[in-house]
Amino acid sequence: MLPTITTTHYLVLSAALLLIGTLGVLLRRNVVVIMMSIELILNAVNLNLVAFSEHLKTLNGQVFAIFVITVAVAEAAVGLGILIALFRNKETVLADEIDILKW
Amino acid sequence: MNFLDLIWLIPLVPLFGAALMLLFGRRLPNSVISIICPGAVGVSFLLSAGAVLQLAGLAHKVHEVTLFTWLPLMKVDMAFLLDPLSSVMILVVTGVGFLIHVYSIGYMAGEGGYYRFFGYLNLFVFFMLTLVLGNSYAMMFVGWEGVGLCSYLLIGFYFNRKSAGDAGKKAFIANRVGDAGFILGMFFLYQITDSLRFVDVNAALSSARFGVEHSFGLLSLTALLLFIGATGKSAQIPLYVWLPDAMEGPTPVSALIHAATMVTAGVYMVARSNVLFQLTPDTSLIVATVGAVTSIFAASIALVQPDIKKVLAYSTVSQLGYMFMAAGVGAYWVAIFHLFTHAFFKALLFMGAGSVIHAMGGEQDMNKMGGLKDKIPTTFRTMFIASLAIAGIPGLAGFFSKDEIIWQTHASPLGANFLTVIGLVTAAMTAFYMWRLMYLTFYGEGRMDEHTRAHLHESPKTMTVPLIVLAAGSILAGWLGTPKVFGMPEFFHGFEGWLAPVFVPLKAVGEVAEHADHATEWLMMFISIALALGGIAVAYHMYVKLRREQRPTGGALYPVLLHKWYVDELYDFLFINGLSLGGGRAFARFDSGVVDGGVNGTAWATRFISKVSMWWDTWIVDGLVNLGAYTVRALSFPVRFVQSGMLQSYALVFVLGLLAIFGYYWVR
Repeated sequence: MLPTITTTHYLVLSAALLLIGTLGVLLRRNVVVIMMSIELILNAVNLNLVAFSEHLKTLNGQVFAIFVITVAVAEAAVGLGILIALFRNKETVLADEIDILKW
Repeated sequence: MNFLDLIWLIPLVPLFGAALMLLFGRRLPNSVISIICPGAVGVSFLLSAGAVLQLAGLAHKVHEVTLFTWLPLMKVDMAFLLDPLSSVMILVVTGVGFLIHVYSIGYMAGEGGYYRFFGYLNLFVFFMLTLVLGNSYAMMFVGWEGVGLCSYLLIGFYFNRKSAGDAGKKAFIANRVGDAGFILGMFFLYQITDSLRFVDVNAALSSARFGVEHSFGLLSLTALLLFIGATGKSAQIPLYVWLPDAMEGPTPVSALIHAATMVTAGVYMVARSNVLFQLTPDTSLIVATVGAVTSIFAASIALVQPDIKKVLAYSTVSQLGYMFMAAGVGAYWVAIFHLFTHAFFKALLFMGAGSVIHAMGGEQDMNKMGGLKDKIPTTFRTMFIASLAIAGIPGLAGFFSKDEIIWQTHASPLGANFLTVIGLVTAAMTAFYMWRLMYLTFYGEGRMDEHTRAHLHESPKTMTVPLIVLAAGSILAGWLGTPKVFGMPEFFHGFEGWLAPVFVPLKAVGEVAEHADHATEWLMMFISIALALGGIAVAYHMYVKLRREQRPTGGALYPVLLHKWYVDELYDFLFINGLSLGGGRAFARFDSGVVDGGVNGTAWATRFISKVSMWWDTWIVDGLVNLGAYTVRALSFPVRFVQSGMLQSYALVFVLGLLAIFGYYWVR
């Protein structure tokens, strides 16, 4: 018999996802991958919300997760749009080459 | 048929003709135009005659027809007034006008712009009838301006001739000067009597509110301003200069507008305002004096003019002077009577002259005429009658009216001896210059070249028949106003009685005291007849008996008279070159000095201010902004290098910051 999946399991998975996403954002140069990492972070948060919703027996967390997904979609659309515009001008998708906004 | 209520149709029929001509005339054949236009005036004449006949049957000889309200605030209507005075005028305008229209059919046959000519002529008749039929000064002014316009158009009919265009402009401008006086007079009149309707104005002025003005006051000023209007339209000193030049127009125009009708508008206006003028003896004296001086002055110029139409033009000015002389001494009915008779013989003289010019192939210089008596007999005979009439030979129209004027200058309480003397001298001069014209034109040997001589011909029937009708009028018209001393039946001095309701008796002296001095009247009559015969005799002696070389030249006076007393030159000097040109120069100097100076000064000031402003902008405003920028830059010196533009280093700082905060809570 498999051990029961408790809230703790979810939280560990969520923390792992958060860590992977954060490292991805900080370490990868490709903006596309950075955006995918951001999705990981968001989904880590979602998992967290749903887990606590189940643990506390309320629906608030699940509803919030739906909102996060919606916002994430919008963010992805706008982010990809910006990315395409950026690529047309700079012909690059590498974050460390996009550095003109400085002192 | 009630003609009295149809008097509004009298001016309207010619207006219809004019509209037809000016809108569609170009496409109509001449034969149709020749029926419509004279026909329209003919219809007007019949309507006028019917209305006047019915007016005679009324006890109170005034009839007004209102079409519609025009200026409600000033109580001015589009309305017509038929009374004895306007009835005389409309009969003259439509009667003589009709004959001249018929005459024009022949005269203008070979000319271009046939429809245009008749259109203008009908338009003129419309405005002239509005002038004399209008029931208020405002209506009169409408006609007044309208006839001025038509006069301008017709003087400049041959518009490709520069002199014709100039003459038209001169007429228009001289008239405008007078019109300004008329307008001001009208304003004053409205101010004084609170109305512009003749009936109301005369009633107000006749009331006890107004007495005779013995010193020169508001009423005198009003009358004088109206008279200034009259001097413009009726060619009196100082505004007469346009009329002789107006002879540039076709001859029928000279006959209709510049002899028989329009130029008498001023006389009509003064007669219409008789109540006002009788209250102002000072202005009346001015009227009489201007009339007298104009009459002798113009007659003196007519003595020597070589151009047949110029002689007649100055003669017209002179005869108009007679009319004003009569009006000035309070004998308004005589002024209108002379207007009436003058319309016949002067129109006839002009049309006769037109016939002569026609025969001569356009030549107007009498020195190149002569001996036309047998070549154009009808013209000669009719002009002979007219010349007798204007010279004042007993039995013809001019004698009765002119003699009455001279008698009135003596008999009227407003009369004066110098007026009588000027009237008599002018009568002699009139006889001389008219018969000089006749002898030079019709008698002696022909002085024209062979080509012209071969083409001499009598004018067509349409031209000679009106001449004959007018000749009959020149004989008969005077018999309506024979002197009372003749002791004729009432009909033969019916003219005065007919007009009596219009002219109130002199307030100054009550009833006009007829100096029942028959002996003096007979004496003056004989003096004037003798002077007329003397004038004719002198003319006969000079121009028939003496050869050209033998004639006395008149010495130094001759060139002065030939150049019309240099009045045109004087006006050129004073007004054209002096006031207009000099004034123009003064204005130019003012313009370049003061106005341009102001503009340039403003520009300079603007540039100066903008320079200051620019300096302020560059150094103070921009300086402040830059100063702010420099301050921020200087203050941010070490910190700003943190902003590397590297996205991920920012993110790293986020994360480290977060971890630091979490770490803080963890440790605590």
